[in-house]
Amino acid sequence: MKAYLGIDAGSVSINFVVIDEAGKVITGLYLRTKGRPIQVIQEGLKKTAELILPDYEVIGVGTTGSGRYLAGVLVGADVVKNEITAHAVAASTMVPEVQTVFEIGGQDSKIIILRNGIVTDFAMNTVCAAGTGSFLDQQAARLNIPIDKFGALALQSTVPVRIAGRCTVFAESDMIHKQQMGHQIPDIISGLSEALVRNYLNNVGKGKEILPPIVFQGGVAANVGIKAAFEKALGMPVIIPKHFDIMGAIGAAQLAQEEVQNKKTNFKGFKIAGLPYHTSSFECDGCSNVCEIVEIYEGDKVIGRWGSRCSKWDIV
Amino acid sequence: MSKLTFPRMGESWRTFKMLLEDLGNEVVVPPRPSKRTLDLGVRYSPEFACFPLKILMGTYLETVEMGADTIVTSGGVGPCRAGEYAMLHHKILKDLGHDIKMIVFEPPRLQPFNFIKNVRALNKNRTSIRGIVSCIKRAWRKLVALDNVEKLSHVVRPREITRGTTSKVYRKILEWIDQAYTTEQIIEAEAAASKALRDVPQDTNREILKVGIVGEIYVLLEPASNLEMEETLGHLGVEVERSMFLTGWTRDNTWTETTEMMTVKEAAAPYLPELVGGHGRDSIGNTILCAKRGFDGMIQIAPFTCIPEIVARTILPRVSRDYDIPVLTFFLDEQTGKAGMGTRLEAFTDLMRRKKRMQKKQLTLTG
Repeated sequence: MKAYLGIDAGSVSINFVVIDEAGKVITGLYLRTKGRPIQVIQEGLKKTAELILPDYEVIGVGTTGSGRYLAGVLVGADVVKNEITAHAVAASTMVPEVQTVFEIGGQDSKIIILRNGIVTDFAMNTVCAAGTGSFLDQQAARLNIPIDKFGALALQSTVPVRIAGRCTVFAESDMIHKQQMGHQIPDIISGLSEALVRNYLNNVGKGKEILPPIVFQGGVAANVGIKAAFEKALGMPVIIPKHFDIMGAIGAAQLAQEEVQNKKTNFKGFKIAGLPYHTSSFECDGCSNVCEIVEIYEGDKVIGRWGSRCSKWDIV
Repeated sequence: MSKLTFPRMGESWRTFKMLLEDLGNEVVVPPRPSKRTLDLGVRYSPEFACFPLKILMGTYLETVEMGADTIVTSGGVGPCRAGEYAMLHHKILKDLGHDIKMIVFEPPRLQPFNFIKNVRALNKNRTSIRGIVSCIKRAWRKLVALDNVEKLSHVVRPREITRGTTSKVYRKILEWIDQAYTTEQIIEAEAAASKALRDVPQDTNREILKVGIVGEIYVLLEPASNLEMEETLGHLGVEVERSMFLTGWTRDNTWTETTEMMTVKEAAAPYLPELVGGHGRDSIGNTILCAKRGFDGMIQIAPFTCIPEIVARTILPRVSRDYDIPVLTFFLDEQTGKAGMGTRLEAFTDLMRRKKRMQKKQLTLTG
C-alpha cells in the first residue's frame, strides 16, 4: 500500500510518522534528539522500516522542524516546510473546525490562528524560553520528579502559589523562595503552570483573538497541569489531539502527500539508515563576517552545505 | 589632514564618500557591519542600549583603527533616544582613549546655525556656496540612483529564474554607479544599471506576493542589521517595498505624491495622533497606505527595546484587523542566527499565499 513519511526534526525530539492515502497514522515514533540529529534520523528510519515494511511503500517524504534542511538532504525530501505551516495543517485535519492552535515544544512556543481552515495569523516566542519544554524538564529534574508525573502533581494542588512567570530566571528563584518558605510541592508546580500559561498568553498570544475550538499540541501538551491552567485562564475547553506530540511530523507527511501528486518522490529509501554520514565545518574567509560553513557528507560526497550569510556556499 | 568617517547605512556610503571628498576631505569608508563589528559594539556599549547604537559603536571603533579621527553623523530632536547617541558614542570613544572629533548634524530647519557651522568645518577646499550646492545636488542625484536600482532589485529578485542572479547583478551595477562622477555619468550609469537588472531572466507567470516593510530607520536601511531580510523574502517569491529610503522623505511628506491622497501622518492619525519619536507613527501610517494599495502583508522590523516601535507594535494588530492585512513583527538584536527569522518568513509567505488563493477562488465563484 502507498504511504507518506513525515519527519519533524526538532531540537529536543525527532519524530517520524507514516500516514496512508486516507491520512490515517500508521506509525508514529518520538525519539530524543540528544544533540545527534543525524544518528537519530538514521535510527528513526530503521525503526520505521521495521514497522511498515513490506506492507507499505513510501511514495512521498516531508520534513519540518528546526533541522528540516538537514533531514531533507539526508532522506531526499519532496517538501521541506516550516513548522508553523506543518502544525497548522495537521491540526486542521485532526480538528477541522479549529480556530486556535497552541503549540509548545522543547525550545519554542507558537500560537497559530486559523479562520475557515486557513492560517490568518501566528506568533512564535522570540526572546524568551519561559514556558517551553526545556524549562519544565529542568524544573522537574531539580525537584527530582519524573517529567511525566510533573503535570499530574499540579492537579493535586489545593492552594495555588503565585510564581513569577515572565522569565525563567525569576520563575526559578521564586520557586525556590516559595519552597524554602514551606509551601507544598503540588502548590508550587500548580503556581508554575499558571505562571507559564500567563506568560504564554501575554507574550506569544498578545493581541491575538483566541477563539474555540482550541487545539493544544507539542510535547508540553502531555502536561495535564498546563492544560488545566490554560482552561482556567481562558474559561474554555482545550482539545489535546491523540497524536499531540508528533503533530509536526503528521503535517509534514500530509504536505508530502499534496506535493507528490503526479510526481515521483525524491526519497532515497530506507537503505540510507545504513550509509555513513558525517559533517565537517570551516570558516569562510571571503569577508569579515567569517561565516561558519557546515558540510554534510554522504560517504565522501557533499550532499548539503549551508551557514553563510550570502548564498555563496549553499547546497540545499 | 583629518580623516573623516560616518555611519554606514546600506549603500548610501558611496554618496557620502563622494560628497565629502568633493569638499576636500580624506574619507575612511565604514566597513560593512560584520560579526567583528558586533563583538566590538556589544563589548563597549551599555547592555540596555538598542541595536543601532551597538552596531555604530562597533563601526566607529573599526574606522578609528583604520585611521579615522573625525566622525560625521546625525543628531535628532524627537523623543527617540537615538538623538543622544552621537554624544554617547563620543563619550565612550573618549573613555577608550580615542581623541575623536564629532560633527553632528541637527535638522537644519530647526538649527540653521549648527548646519552652517558644520558645513564650514567640512568645506576643506573652501568651495564657494554655489560650488557646495552643486556638490550636494550631484550627491543627491547619486543617492537617488542608488535608491532606484535598489527598488528595482526588489521587483526583479522574486521573479528571477536562477536564484541569486539578481543579487549578483546588483552587486556589479553598484560599482558602475559608484564610479560615475558627473551628473551625466550618474544618469547614464543608472540607466545602464536598470537595464542590466531588467535583463535578468525572469519568470513572468510566477505568483508574486507583495509585502511592505516598515519600522525603525537604521534596521530598515542596513541589510547587515536585519539579516538581509529583503533578499530572503525575494528568494521566497516576495516583492518587497520598503517604506523608507534616504531619498524618500519628499514622498512621505507630501500627500500629492501618494496615490491615496493622504500623508502617512494623516493615515496614522485615527490610531496614533501623537508623535512618539523615531518612526512609530510612520510604521502605522505606512501599513494603512500599503493595505489600501492592496498589499498581501506587512512586516515591521525594529531593534529590541525600541520604544516608538513597541508603541506601534501594540497598535498594529488593530490596524491589521481593520484593514484585513497580515502583519508580522521582528525585534532584532545581536542574535545572528538566520534560522528563526527564516522559519517565520516562510510561514508568513505560506499564510499570505493561501489567503490570496482563497480570495481568488471566491472572486471567480462570485464573479
